[in-house]
Amino acid sequence: MLLILALVIGGLYATAVYLMLRRNIVKLIFGLMVLAHASNLLLFTVGGLVRGKPPLVPSGATAPPPGVADPFPEALVLTAIVISFALTAFAAVLVKRVYKVTGTDDSDALRMTDS
Amino acid sequence: VSTLLVLPVLIPLLSAAASLVAWRSERVQRGVGVAGTGALLVASLALADAVRREGPIAAQMGDWPAPYGITLVADLLSALMVAVTGLMGFAVAVYSTAEVDRGRRSFGFYPLLHVLLMGVCGAFLTGDLFNLYVSFEVMLIASFVLLALGGERPQMEGALKYVTLNLVSSAVFLAGVGLLYGMTGTLNMAHLSQRVAELSASHPHLVTAVAGLLLASFGIKAGVFPLYFWLPSSYHTPPVSASAIFAGLLTKVGVYALIRIFTLVFADAASVYRLLLWVAGMTMLAGVLGAVSQFHFRRILSFHIISQIGYMVMGLALLASPSAAVRRLGLIAAVFYIVHHIVVKTNLFLIAGVVRRLRGTEELKRTGGLLNDAPWLAALFLVPAFSLAGIPPLSGFWAKLAMIRAGLEAEQWALVAAAIAAGLLTLLSMIKIWNEAFWKPLPEGSGGPATAGRAGLAAMLAPVVVLAIVTILIGLFPQTLLGLAGQAGDQLLDSSAYLSAVGLATGVAAP
Repeated sequence: MLLILALVIGGLYATAVYLMLRRNIVKLIFGLMVLAHASNLLLFTVGGLVRGKPPLVPSGATAPPPGVADPFPEALVLTAIVISFALTAFAAVLVKRVYKVTGTDDSDALRMTDS
Repeated sequence: VSTLLVLPVLIPLLSAAASLVAWRSERVQRGVGVAGTGALLVASLALADAVRREGPIAAQMGDWPAPYGITLVADLLSALMVAVTGLMGFAVAVYSTAEVDRGRRSFGFYPLLHVLLMGVCGAFLTGDLFNLYVSFEVMLIASFVLLALGGERPQMEGALKYVTLNLVSSAVFLAGVGLLYGMTGTLNMAHLSQRVAELSASHPHLVTAVAGLLLASFGIKAGVFPLYFWLPSSYHTPPVSASAIFAGLLTKVGVYALIRIFTLVFADAASVYRLLLWVAGMTMLAGVLGAVSQFHFRRILSFHIISQIGYMVMGLALLASPSAAVRRLGLIAAVFYIVHHIVVKTNLFLIAGVVRRLRGTEELKRTGGLLNDAPWLAALFLVPAFSLAGIPPLSGFWAKLAMIRAGLEAEQWALVAAAIAAGLLTLLSMIKIWNEAFWKPLPEGSGGPATAGRAGLAAMLAPVVVLAIVTILIGLFPQTLLGLAGQAGDQLLDSSAYLSAVGLATGVAAP
């Protein structure tokens, strides 16, 4: 399972870089979205994959038994998802505005502020 | 004391909320802007004073002990950065009441400014790596909107590049945070410093890989060579008030994160320091050479931000030296340099805005004659310009002197040569601005002095005067700031006070 997820994460990063390097700025946004997913999935995976052992404290005990899943990465991923959702929403609106103002979706044509 | 730690985050949050409540009244928002940033300045000075007297202080949110809860920590570096943030926030808030146009002001300029300051202060004060990420994001989303607010074509193009590269940086940072948690099971920076020290013995390659990810992420934020290209493409496009606060604070948050992570968490990252020696030299030269070919006021200044970042990174990179005295000198110089640079660079951007107001343009070829029309502005320009170039007795001279002395002690001859060359070329750029904007007569057909633009000039000049006075004071009494920088440097080199403030002096078993 770990190997599969590692390959998926690698594939997502590769896809993200490929999309971001395209000249079309809409694909750039898709690239940023996939990049955020790749990082979130990485965060989830490196927290450790434990099957069928929720971190519940049995009645009478003060701590969960050893070997349960670590809930902390999920909390981090949740925060990261919310943040990347907001940033993606902003980026999507920005791309729409860029297209409206400049009349092009080709990032090679957006050189006005470079040198 | 722990209240003092929360205030620099809480005050901007409340000010942002108050400005949003007063969405319809742009005048109330202006008042809240000045009052809120003024309160932030007072609170941040009180915090800096407390930390100077008592050493590092920490607060645990909700009384959950570290490393399980959320920790806020202020050592002297953090406190100094927060104090300068307060000063810049207040200066820019006053300046913006006259500079930012009405449309932008009534579309949320002030709430965004407060949120930006909240993110910056949060990044300086957090003792937790994931909260550093969250603070970065708070700061970024506010800066995205501030950059794009107004929707002019150059802003749109600049914003696209700025947003893309900063989102990439955040994704890389998040990956680094995830891997670090997977390796150590903690994200509290004080706890991490202990766990990473254990791990470097058993898994040195894993530690180096994560250090590389964080280095790349903070490098993009700080704008170091070769990751700085987003900066000169975007910083000159928004209103001057926005780009002044960006220029002063945002890249310096990246530098702060570099210093914090590579002194506390990766306390002995020799390979990173050696790499940074190269990065520092190349950043200085690339930035200063980029400025030579520019004739737009704020674009010249943007390139100089990059070259100045090189000097700060040089202070951190000198940790590569085996000598304890050199390591200390380097960090002291870096802290001094950051404080000096924030004041001077913000001030130069503010002056660019005054020139723009008087002449209607920032293209130096189409300006001129300001020495006759506004001799006071020429005098005010010379203070930060000479300070940036390192002319005695201004603050930049002491900053460069400390840095170059540290470099000489470390026997990094090439890096010292690069630092001196960059200093001379900085002077060249400042003379170029002086010649074009102030000295030469106004070119034919440039419209002449725009007298209509003089309204509100007092509110724009007051912050410029105050920041110039701060620069002169640092220059005349450098020992005060050098003493503080020395204390901050000692705390960075010996993290035991930091660890015991957080409550982890004895170490914790892995959860």
